[in-house]
Amino acid sequence: MITFLSHLVNGLSLGSVYAIIALGYSMVYGIAKMLNFAHGDVIMVGGYICFCATQYWGMSPLLGVLLSIVVCTVLGVVIEGLAYKPLRQATSLAVLITAIGVSYFLQNIAQIIWGANPKSFPSVVSIPSIFLFDGQMVISGETMVTVLANIVIMIALTLFTNKTKMGKAMRVVSEDRGAAELMGINVNFTISLTFAIGSALAAVAGVLLCSSYPVLQPTTGSMPGIKAFTAAVFGGIGSIPGALIGGLLLGVIEILGKAYVSTELSDALVFAVLIVVLLVKPTGLLGKAVHEKV
Amino acid sequence: MKQSKKRFLNNLITYGMVVIAFIICQVMVQNGSMSRSFKGQLVPICVYIVMAVSLNLTVGISGELSLGHAGFMSIGAFSGIVASTWLLNSFNMENTVVRLILSMVFGGVMAGVAGVLIGIPVLRLRGDYLAIVTLAFGEIIRNVLNCLYFSVDGRKIYVSFNDPDLPGKIFVNGPAGATGIAKIATFTMGFVLVLFALFVVLNLINSRTGRAIMATRDNRIAAESVGIAVTKYKMIAFVVAAVLAGMAGALYGLNASTTVASKFKFDTSILVLVFVVLGGIGNIRGSVIAATLLTVLPEMLRAFADYRMLVYAVVLILVMLATNNPFLKNLANSIFHREKQQKKEGEAA
Repeated sequence: MITFLSHLVNGLSLGSVYAIIALGYSMVYGIAKMLNFAHGDVIMVGGYICFCATQYWGMSPLLGVLLSIVVCTVLGVVIEGLAYKPLRQATSLAVLITAIGVSYFLQNIAQIIWGANPKSFPSVVSIPSIFLFDGQMVISGETMVTVLANIVIMIALTLFTNKTKMGKAMRVVSEDRGAAELMGINVNFTISLTFAIGSALAAVAGVLLCSSYPVLQPTTGSMPGIKAFTAAVFGGIGSIPGALIGGLLLGVIEILGKAYVSTELSDALVFAVLIVVLLVKPTGLLGKAVHEKV
Repeated sequence: MKQSKKRFLNNLITYGMVVIAFIICQVMVQNGSMSRSFKGQLVPICVYIVMAVSLNLTVGISGELSLGHAGFMSIGAFSGIVASTWLLNSFNMENTVVRLILSMVFGGVMAGVAGVLIGIPVLRLRGDYLAIVTLAFGEIIRNVLNCLYFSVDGRKIYVSFNDPDLPGKIFVNGPAGATGIAKIATFTMGFVLVLFALFVVLNLINSRTGRAIMATRDNRIAAESVGIAVTKYKMIAFVVAAVLAGMAGALYGLNASTTVASKFKFDTSILVLVFVVLGGIGNIRGSVIAATLLTVLPEMLRAFADYRMLVYAVVLILVMLATNNPFLKNLANSIFHREKQQKKEGEAA
């Protein structure tokens, strides 16, 4: 029972990271209607920046996290402006291929700068672990910070999209870009803002992911990126609570699958659950069904 | 009549291009003017051409974005490896050509079965959701093949799942992949497979079935309303693509002495998709050219050493930006269509 509980807590921790990444994916998809495959690699860049800041430049962990957030935000806006903005009118497949190009670009540039050898990432969390049930169950500081960060981000984003003017503009653009433009909303700025927020979240996710799973290499971000995208679809793409639920469920399923089914097959299990959910509810758990007009 | 003649000519150009490229390569191999590393690329080029042509059938002709095409390739590869080893050890079949053909057929059949099983749930979905489910299936296939064990003990063969304790000599060893495989793939067979794939796909496109498939792509509701069974035709395209990918996979698996399942991960599916998009969605000849050029490109970029994949990425982004730039598009249109316009104007006058 206690082993099960600790697996559950580990799953929630991993799921929180997935949820934060999934948010970025989901928001960008909702607004720009594109699969931003480079999102996973922004996570990796965030991890490396924080690593360099704390290891080479002697910054404190908090400063390192802030620096990596700033760098990733700028990176996200630059990528959007250089690679995606010229393709606003192009087919979605063309944008998809460009995103893949950006993803290759980031991975290879990281490999040239930092080398292909995995680096061992020092945790940025200095909170001690909690021992429960006479030390049979350990909740690490990383786990607590990750879950807490996830909750804070979710609440802040929900408030932002529901209460502020910019948040409203984002929702309008995602619903109908043409109508938003007619109402005087600056669509290009709104899309850039979405990329900025998504990339900042990716930096946070990157630091948290590397704190819990301390292997940092140029391909670190790609698999979590794909899984987080799966999580976003799972919960209903474009929806903030959907990303939260999808991410948490995916993390828990993955960790429990690893513990009780098979280490090799845990990924297969995650994707199998996704397929079943999409077959029963084709728009994801919390997605809105869009009716086809004839 | 005129249109069918034009189509015939177009297909003839495609076939002719492949045949001429094959002859040039053969001559270069014969007189030794081809570098070793390039020679090693010949079979992979054929494999990727077939992969691109088959994916174009799904993405371009049938209009469904598939992100798991490498899954069918891996099923074909491992089925081909198992079939080839089995035929050699249990039936003493020494003739490599027959063995290779039988292995490719077996790889194609297994991938086709998987295509049917995956197609039933996948084709109920639409758009990006369909894409993400094909991605999921591709990953599941890779994970499952990672747990496959296969061994030969005398004349008997053993296949197991998640259980490494098999008698005899192990050929497929779970995550370590297939080792000690007889390399029987040849460039000539690759060439034959490319011709076969082109023959199947081009004939399918120009048939009644192919027109039905394209009708469902262009307007699902309209197609349904004139009595086209949408799911059936989408299924035909999906399964044919899976079979061809399986055959290509078998050729690929039998071209190296070791093959691991992680070779066929998501990146490989994306690589093939890049060939299809750069070659032109729905344009079969474009797929052939793009697959060839982009497989050779990293080799040609060897001069850049560490930077070659970076250059590859930059080329990819720039090509996408250039081909979608409205100004360049208009320029290209005005250059290529001027003659046609003049002709039309002449006729009108």
